[in-house]
Amino acid sequence: MALLTGIQPGALTFHFHKVSDWAWVTSHIGYFWQLSRTHLYLAFVAVAIGLVLALPLGCLAARVPRIYPPILAVTTMLYSLPSLAVIAFLASSVTGLSDTTVILPLATYGLAVLVRSVTEGLNNVPNEVSIAATAMGYRSMRRLVTIELPAAVPVIIAGLRVATVSSISLVTVGSLIGIGGLGQLFIAGENTDFPTEIIAGLVIVAMWALIFDGLFLLSGRILAPWARRAR
Amino acid sequence: MGSEGQVIAAANTSFGGVISYLTSGSHWHGSTGFLDRIIQHLQYSAETLLIAVAIGLPLGLLSGHTGRGGAVLSMLSNASRALPTLGLLTLFAILIGVGLEAAVIPLVFLAVPSILVNTYVGIRDVDRSLVDAARGMGLRPWQVLLRIEIPVALPLIVLGLRTAALQVVSTATIAAFVGLGGLGRYIIDGQASRNFAELGAGAILVAAFAIATESIFLVCQRFLVSPGVRARTS
Repeated sequence: MALLTGIQPGALTFHFHKVSDWAWVTSHIGYFWQLSRTHLYLAFVAVAIGLVLALPLGCLAARVPRIYPPILAVTTMLYSLPSLAVIAFLASSVTGLSDTTVILPLATYGLAVLVRSVTEGLNNVPNEVSIAATAMGYRSMRRLVTIELPAAVPVIIAGLRVATVSSISLVTVGSLIGIGGLGQLFIAGENTDFPTEIIAGLVIVAMWALIFDGLFLLSGRILAPWARRAR
Repeated sequence: MGSEGQVIAAANTSFGGVISYLTSGSHWHGSTGFLDRIIQHLQYSAETLLIAVAIGLPLGLLSGHTGRGGAVLSMLSNASRALPTLGLLTLFAILIGVGLEAAVIPLVFLAVPSILVNTYVGIRDVDRSLVDAARGMGLRPWQVLLRIEIPVALPLIVLGLRTAALQVVSTATIAAFVGLGGLGRYIIDGQASRNFAELGAGAILVAAFAIATESIFLVCQRFLVSPGVRARTS
C-alpha cells in the first residue's frame, strides 16, 4: 500500500516511449531494499531447510541404495506440484497467510533438488578415496563427514545454486496471495499499468539470483579447488 | 508482518470447507464451473506446449546433432530459471494487453528451454560408437538422427517435454492473474474475494491436473521408449 501512495500521479498513465521511469526507480531504492530483505529471507530460509533435510536423507540414500528410488519418486512428485497450487492450498486451510505458506513449498523444491545432489555427489566419490580412508582407520561416520562429504562438495554446491536461483525466483509467486518480497512490484505494476515497476522487479530478482549464484560458484571454487583442475 | 499477519491468518477456512466446496455439484457446471475451467486449462496448456515443441524440438535436435550451441542453451535455461514467471506475465500483459495472446508469449518462453536443453543433451550424449557404426553402415546424417540418435535420446527428450508440460500447467495457473481463464481463476478470484474454500478447491484441482499431466507423460515414455534403450538407462 505504501507503494501506491508513492507513485507520482503522472506515472500512472502509460506511454510506450516511457517504459523506464528512472526518477521513479531512484526514488524507490529504499523500498526495493526493504522488499529484497523480506524476499531473500523467505528464499534462504527455504533453501536452508531443504539443505538440512537433504543432507541426512542423501547420506542415507547413498549408504542404502535401495531407498533412493522411493525418495526420488516422492520428491519428484512434490516437485511437480505447481507452486501456486501448493501455496494457495496452504493459505486456504493449513498455515493461512503466513511466511510458512511460502517457505514450506520452496523448502520442498529445495529438498527435491538437493537430495539428488547429495546422493549423487556421494555416489561419485571415487571408491579408492573411501577405501584409502578406511585403511587409514576412519570409521564410517568420520569418513562420511571428513572425507566423503567434502569430496561431494562440488556436486552439492551445483545443486545449491539451482535451488537458490529457483527459490529466489519462486518467492514472487507468494505475492499473489499477499505474502512477501519483490513480487509485490509485479502486482502493483500490473494494477497501476506501470511497466517501470515490473521491469524494476524483474531486474532486481534476476540480479539477486545472479549475485547468489556467483557467490556459491565462488565458494565452491574455494572449498573444492580440485574440482576445477580435474575437468 | 507481526500482528497484522496474525489477524489475516485467522481468516482461513478448514480443510472440510475446501472439500465441501470441491464436491458441491453446482460448482462443477456452468461457464465458470470446474469442468469448463479444466477444459480451458487443458486447451491453453496444449496449445502452448505445441508451440514450444515446434520451436524447441527442431532446434534441440539440430544443436545436439551438430554439437553446437551448448553454451547459449545453458545460458537460456539459466535465464528462464532466474526470471520470475509472474514478472514476465505482468510485463507482457501491460505491454500487449490482457488475455491469451499476451500470456502465450511468456508461457512459451518458459517452456522452450527445458525441451531444447534436454533434447540437446540427449542427442549430444548418444554413444559415439553407435553413431560411428551407423555411419559405417552407410546411413546418411538425417538417417542417423532419425534411426539412431532420436530413439536413443528419447528418454531425455520425453523428460524435457514432461518438464515443459508441467511448467506450462503451472504458469498457466499463475496467468489467471493477468486475466487468463482456466483453473488459476479459482485461486486468484478466491484470494481476491477472501473465499478460502474456493482458493483451496482451485489449488487441489490444479495439483490434480499437474499430477495427471505427469502421469500421462510417464505412460507415454513407457510406450515410446524402446525396451533396449529403457534397459540401458534405468
